[in-house]
Amino acid sequence: MSTGAPALARATSVRPPREAYGRILLLAGLVVPASLIAILALLIKGSALSIGTFGPGFVVAREWDPVHLHFGALTFIYGTFVSSIIGLLLALPIGIAVAVFLAEPGLGWLKGPIGIGVEMLAAIPSVVYGLWALFVMAPWVYLHISSPASERLGRFPVFAPDAQQASMLAGALVLTIMILPSLAAVSRDVIRAVPREMREASYALGTTWWETTWRIVLPAARAGIFGAVILAFGRAVGETIAVTMVIGNRPSITASVVQPAYTMASVIANEFTEATVPLHISSLIEIGLLLILITLALNLGALLLIRSVKRL
Amino acid sequence: MTRATRRRIANLVARALVLALAAAAVIPLLMVLVYVIRQGLPTLLDLNFFTNIERPVGIPGGGEAQAIAGTLLIVGMASLAAIPVGVLGGIFLAESEGRVADQVRLAADVMVAAPSIAVGLFAYAAIVASTKSFTALSGSVALALLMLPIIARITEGSLRLVPHSLRESGVALGLPRWRVSLQLVLPAALPGVITGAFLAVARAAGETAPLLFTAFGNQRLTLNPLQPMDSLTLVVFRNALTPYPQLQNEAWAAALLLVIIVLVANLSTRFALRRQARLAARLA
Repeated sequence: MSTGAPALARATSVRPPREAYGRILLLAGLVVPASLIAILALLIKGSALSIGTFGPGFVVAREWDPVHLHFGALTFIYGTFVSSIIGLLLALPIGIAVAVFLAEPGLGWLKGPIGIGVEMLAAIPSVVYGLWALFVMAPWVYLHISSPASERLGRFPVFAPDAQQASMLAGALVLTIMILPSLAAVSRDVIRAVPREMREASYALGTTWWETTWRIVLPAARAGIFGAVILAFGRAVGETIAVTMVIGNRPSITASVVQPAYTMASVIANEFTEATVPLHISSLIEIGLLLILITLALNLGALLLIRSVKRL
Repeated sequence: MTRATRRRIANLVARALVLALAAAAVIPLLMVLVYVIRQGLPTLLDLNFFTNIERPVGIPGGGEAQAIAGTLLIVGMASLAAIPVGVLGGIFLAESEGRVADQVRLAADVMVAAPSIAVGLFAYAAIVASTKSFTALSGSVALALLMLPIIARITEGSLRLVPHSLRESGVALGLPRWRVSLQLVLPAALPGVITGAFLAVARAAGETAPLLFTAFGNQRLTLNPLQPMDSLTLVVFRNALTPYPQLQNEAWAAALLLVIIVLVANLSTRFALRRQARLAARLA
């Protein structure tokens, strides 16, 4: 049957034949996307019961009642987004300052310690932050911020009493600390990617360091910093343990940041092992599915943004 | 005040402000370190912490040996799977061009940011739900999935730093591709590859959320991967929320041990290899 010609063509082909080694590499490479697809597929399968029962109304329903089996995720979505946004707003000025400081010339002797310090900050496990926040930070915040604020400014809904140790504010603050390193690291990289000529042209016009940084460098790095912000936001949304330990885990939607709240990741962490009814389990998995979809979308958007900036 | 003076003062104020804010970033690190050492060191220096298992409240001499063994075993099993596959995946990314490689890279970058609790849910749905029992092995699977993209991307980064001429010289000698890649290029990039694996292991050791409903925790010592198993992180989480000082002290000691593990991993790799560590820090 075989004529020999294809074999000859193969032997003399410029393209090397795909040997076993190449196939093994490809296989190993494909494990990553395959596992991502498997994760999404199993989470969709696991939440099928919940999706079928509650439909799209799941994300706008506020009730979370394991006894009567009415489940809605709005309270947790609210808690996740509000705590992440507050955490991000607090982390932003500090993160940009670290990035500007590390990327710009001068004060070399301080760069080492601050650079290492911020990297170490990223390395500490979430549960250690949670432990520290539970015993040290949250009581301090209650005593010096939440409690006085709700006493004096309680008429504003944001500080409405009763202030408690475990609160939205405590959760947001621990998120601030945890997203700071990635915010700073990515911002530093995009600030460094701003062409040197732009800085030099600006200095040549007689501007000061601050004028160059504020009016030339930061605007040029704007898109990349925006990417860093989205990346950090995604990280805050997915953060579980530290937040669970200090946010109070009370399913209610209130404007007051000194009161307890509940996040999507926290409700999974707290209730999943105790859930026995299939609909309850399925609803928790659907929250997990929403969580991973949100973070993947945020991260994908941020990556594409940062990539486009770095290519400049 | 002239305009020039005003501008100079604004510049000085801005510099001071940037410096102050940047320095403020390190304050939480120092505070966490101070408290973890102060609260955890006395218990950690007590040898019982390493040799005895957790004892009920009121009975002295307890430790967390079951959690130390558990962390070693769970993370060890995860590493056994994730390191070889991750390194090979990294070689694939470094050596191939084209759409497939691009998509694998994107998938890895995206997966680095996947919430670890969702990966834990996956391991639950994939393994625990069908075996009907919490197992250390399912925890290892979750951790392995979290380690995989980190190892692959750092391996790729280190391989790309190896000069192209090394690869070309191997090919010119007529060596088969696997020998060029595994015996020539990989050894040259080994410090970076080890750095990546080290950081991924440290990160896995610090994970709590994916173990909550996989390894689950266990106050008794077990080395059976098909049983529920404890970990240092689970001890911190569980004991911190109890009202008993004895258990809380053990939580602090476990936290200190975890901090020592991750800081040693990070600092050693940093000083060994500044460049790859920076890439690693960005990914981890």
